[in-house]
Amino acid sequence: MHRYYFDHNATTPVAPEVLRAMTPCFSEVYGNASSIHYFGQQAKLRLEQARRQVAGLLGCEPAEVVFASGGTEANNLAILGTVRQAARQRRHVITTAIEHPCVLDACRQLEKEGVEVTYVRVGSDGMVSPDDIRAALRPETVLITVMYANNEIGTVQPIGEIAAIAREAGVYLHTDGVQSTGKIPVDVQELGVDLYSLSGHKLYGPKGTGALYVKKGTLLGPILFGGRHERDRRPGTENVSGLVGLGEAAELARRGLPAEMPRLAALRDRLERALEERIEFAGVNGKGSPRVPNTTNFYFDFLEGEAMVIALDLKGMAVSSGAACSSGSVEPSHVLTAIGLSDERARASIRFSLGSQNTEEQVDALVEAVEGAVAHLRKLSPTVGSRQ
Amino acid sequence: MQTPIYMDNHATTPVDPRVLEAMLPYFTKVFGNAASRNHSFGWEAEKAVDNARKQIADLIGATPKEIIFTSGATESNNLAIKGVAEMYAERGNHIITSATEHKAVLDTCKRLEKQGCRVTYLPVQRDGRIDLEMLEEAITDKTILISIMYANNEIGVIQPIAEIGKLAHARKILFHTDAVQATGKVPVNVQTDNIDLLSLSGHKIYGPKGVGALYVRRKNPRVQIAAQMDGGGHERGMRSGTLNVTGIVGLGKACELCNQEMPAESKRLAYLRDKLKEGILSQLDECYINGSMEHRLPHNINISFAYVEGESLLMGINDVAVSSGSACTSATLEPSYVLKALGVGEDLAHTSIRFGIGRFNTEEEVDYVIKRVVETVMRLRELSPLYDMAKEGIDLSKVSWAAD
Repeated sequence: MHRYYFDHNATTPVAPEVLRAMTPCFSEVYGNASSIHYFGQQAKLRLEQARRQVAGLLGCEPAEVVFASGGTEANNLAILGTVRQAARQRRHVITTAIEHPCVLDACRQLEKEGVEVTYVRVGSDGMVSPDDIRAALRPETVLITVMYANNEIGTVQPIGEIAAIAREAGVYLHTDGVQSTGKIPVDVQELGVDLYSLSGHKLYGPKGTGALYVKKGTLLGPILFGGRHERDRRPGTENVSGLVGLGEAAELARRGLPAEMPRLAALRDRLERALEERIEFAGVNGKGSPRVPNTTNFYFDFLEGEAMVIALDLKGMAVSSGAACSSGSVEPSHVLTAIGLSDERARASIRFSLGSQNTEEQVDALVEAVEGAVAHLRKLSPTVGSRQ
Repeated sequence: MQTPIYMDNHATTPVDPRVLEAMLPYFTKVFGNAASRNHSFGWEAEKAVDNARKQIADLIGATPKEIIFTSGATESNNLAIKGVAEMYAERGNHIITSATEHKAVLDTCKRLEKQGCRVTYLPVQRDGRIDLEMLEEAITDKTILISIMYANNEIGVIQPIAEIGKLAHARKILFHTDAVQATGKVPVNVQTDNIDLLSLSGHKIYGPKGVGALYVRRKNPRVQIAAQMDGGGHERGMRSGTLNVTGIVGLGKACELCNQEMPAESKRLAYLRDKLKEGILSQLDECYINGSMEHRLPHNINISFAYVEGESLLMGINDVAVSSGSACTSATLEPSYVLKALGVGEDLAHTSIRFGIGRFNTEEEVDYVIKRVVETVMRLRELSPLYDMAKEGIDLSKVSWAAD
């Protein structure tokens, strides 16, 4: 049986070029980048090359890139690191209801520390309104954190407009760019953000790597302690092999984006069109909003998303019913309920996220499989007959 | 034999080819997110993670569920210490550690002091070991944690872990040990040693960088720690973030190899280390070994070469990669705080070299290092008026130097 992977927002395979760049760093260029001898210097050279590659993708200075162990750490560092460092009276943060759990949980941690957090609502289109952000501002606001692209429905938020509001108010703006990096062009200067997180394994790099762009002059304290690595912002022996992989992945993304974006968008549209045509009581969540080209989130009324994911897996199709971090949980997606879906419809939704290896044939096979699975599951569903 | 020779295996180690081989399929083929619960890509990744958990647990006498994966030992140490301080804040706010701990422990403790914790930094004795009586005296009814490293990263001295564990256990205080340098090198057993939390790192044991683990005891007592990184609730809520499957597979394999090879490998390393030590000491006078030889990692030696400048020595033997101390502090010109804590004078501390022999070092390389060190020290001392004066019997501490 073929196994096709349509869950690229959960994680991606490491690109062969990335692995090729990493391989020498395991057993040949293995020094500790902080060591002053030859082996250390060789490692340091590769590490700094990776930093330039990441900076190249984001349009910033290499010195503004802080390496971390992943998107979760980068987001935690951005949020906890700025707010805890801020003056005592600046104790308010603005975020949104559809953020990734690591942003929401970091905000909840701050609430325990006495910080007030405003969770701005989103519209049924999955978009944050800049006006709502402006309305939430207070004199004591220190940070706004809004994701660039949503991991479940793929909507791209108006970060540029929010940045203008943040700048005017003298408030830091962080954006979780884990799902946008490598999917749409990102220029942190143009966007006007102060902090931007990314993760290696979402862009064909290795797991266990990530980075945080920290605009020069941003007050950011560390959240880990022990050593003077990464300009005192993130201690710990640098993961040279992993970060070399992240650098290479960033470079590949930068070069490949112009061709890959329209290719994925065409595949995604093909998938959406076919499913909409062939399956009734189904539709796209967040359709019509600006979205990253690889993601579509479908509801299929009168069935359970979890059952659907398992049925598709049996047919060799890997998809998901939401974020991997919360998969297996019985709660409906906080993102889908935030955009106004009923619990029932949220539970009946599936995320398809396409990637570099997906082809038209694979998408067509997926459509077949989905059609079959929906028909089968609805036949078993007691609610279907009464509505038809 | 190829130069330069790498003999700085306390700073980091090369990834063992067998470890890399185990990791490779997980980059491109079995690449799932271990938290993807509903498709086979996720299950296969989870299976690999579970296997690694067992390999690690087996090395330290734990159960797989007690292993929490992290991004490395710095994170493990931070999580253990801050996690306990936060979770047990109602019980007390006092932590006992030692002066020769790694920066990841010391800096974390300093941070906690700013937040209202009280920290006792135990001095060490001349041999680098803490005094158990002093430890006992330092305990108060507010003490919640003792954090003492298993083996030191500069001098390789092994602390009396079993005794500390026994004492901590009897007084119902949690015991954390930074075992980054000891794990995989000497037998470590969290059960017999009454260890409640133990940090270990992949890249010190021929595994990859960017991965580590924290052992958190689940029984007698059940230890709880507050997460330090939030979001998603991975690792039983103690550490969030997508699991670094490739890294974890590598760490697991590295632990398995250490476990299998330790009996023979530690003898081989001890032989090479002793040869290195004898080779140097038999040909050079005025060399001083730092730290206990009895309680020491088999692959470590740390020697002060009097009347030689440390930097000149390092540059003189530039085809041998060794270090004057911890890599994390190598950019500073400060003498090692570890050696200072042992009572080594500043002059001698400045002339100290740490040798860390590793799995891939050969006897031929050790012979070469002996030759290079001996000839370089002799050459530098020939240029040193201080060495001449000392040889003539002049007490340098009583000389009054004229300003020129």
